[in-house]
Amino acid sequence: MSLSQTPLNASHRALGAKMVDFGGWDMPLHYGSQIDEHHIVRQSAGMFDVSHMTVVDLNGSRCREFLRYLVANNVDKLKVSGKALYTCMLNAAGGVIDDLIVYFLREDYFRLVVNAATREKDLAWITAQAQAFGVSVTQRAEMAMIAVQGPQARAAVLSLLPEADRAAVSALGRFAAAEVDGLFVARTGYTGEDGFEVVVPATRVVAFWDALLAAGVKPCGLGARDTLRLEAGMNLYGQDMDEQTSPLEANLAWTIAFEPADRDFIGRSVLVAQRDAGVKHALVGLVMDDKGVLRHGQRVLTAAGEGEILSGTFSPTLGKAIAFARVPAGAAESAQVDIRGKLVPVRITKPVFVRDGKAV
Amino acid sequence: MSEIPGDLKFLKSHEWARKEADGTITVGISDHAQGLLGDLVYVELPSVGDHVDAGNGCAVVESVKAASDVYSPISGVVARVNQALSDKPETVNEDAYGEGWIFVIKPDDAAQYDELLDPDAYQDLLDQA
Repeated sequence: MSLSQTPLNASHRALGAKMVDFGGWDMPLHYGSQIDEHHIVRQSAGMFDVSHMTVVDLNGSRCREFLRYLVANNVDKLKVSGKALYTCMLNAAGGVIDDLIVYFLREDYFRLVVNAATREKDLAWITAQAQAFGVSVTQRAEMAMIAVQGPQARAAVLSLLPEADRAAVSALGRFAAAEVDGLFVARTGYTGEDGFEVVVPATRVVAFWDALLAAGVKPCGLGARDTLRLEAGMNLYGQDMDEQTSPLEANLAWTIAFEPADRDFIGRSVLVAQRDAGVKHALVGLVMDDKGVLRHGQRVLTAAGEGEILSGTFSPTLGKAIAFARVPAGAAESAQVDIRGKLVPVRITKPVFVRDGKAV
Repeated sequence: MSEIPGDLKFLKSHEWARKEADGTITVGISDHAQGLLGDLVYVELPSVGDHVDAGNGCAVVESVKAASDVYSPISGVVARVNQALSDKPETVNEDAYGEGWIFVIKPDDAAQYDELLDPDAYQDLLDQA
């Protein structure tokens, strides 16, 4: 099967990217050094081609009512046009079909950005649920997306916008978006740094990418994106949670809006029962002070029982290995990880390691 | 693609070996291998004095992306290890055939060295991949 390509594929190759198969997409892993790219995002500004992600527009007078039912966070928190909400979309058993961002544009128009690897099942699920609400579901395949991230990212994007549009974009708060000059500019990201994610028509994305390059923004690959999001305490769908996982056991309880109690959403009754019974597992952070690297699948031994590493990596910012692990509830302070048969001590922490460039 | 030095021998699994004047064999991973792994962040070294068998894993190189065993090209006793890699594993990325050497073996049977791939055969292997 041939790999899907984003409109920036030739740009990546021209920049010397090492390309990899990422869930069926031919994507840049790095352009030389993923550690350098990581530091660039923490210290100045880097950009990621995230055009493989899926933009889905919802239209219809009952959009809000539909989303109140479809997702576990409460879209009634979205009161001002452009505001965004991170949420899980659950199945009836309370498992996570996907995590996504919802943007409120108008009462009859909301936008979703969902993961690439889950595109088909997401679209099928959303479309099936939307029917009863008369909401139309449109994948915007003609849209590309670039994430520009880092302390200097916003200034770089602003410099490329028409003078008249800069004030509106500059004024955007965190988790808010605006449409200007045919671009959808959202102050969101997946790195723990400030910045924008910009939805750009595919026909314009190469020019926009080149303009960012000329403005000094460095291209960064999926390798750096993974270490950045893990340091920032952000889950990766398919690795940190999936359809067999409750969000309550994936450090996503903060995204579940149980109030108001009369809002029914898919998976609600199962989550209420789990919450009332007490969850059996927790997603925690691990930090290893010894040398080495924590990896997905390694066994974690705690006083409360055995767990396993979900996402593990080497943190370029901390200079040591970090991980998310699912462990029995009540595990605290310290644990051991089985690395090739050797038990190595680790510290149990909150699952967030770096924010705005600094160690937490 | 960097030039492969002509005085090296190789394993299919991308280790290089070089016979030194004193008869010991220095071992590292090829430039191709370090490129595949990406930025190295940790090298687990064998202990000096350990006996290793040809074809067995005796060191581990870990990049952000993956961990990979380093197989000994030759049987013998570990005579020296590159301790500098503990603090600067990226040396392997920067100079795989030089400062990025990993360990030195005092071979049991010097003739084993001659059975390894020569640079042309290793290059052919890479070209076929």
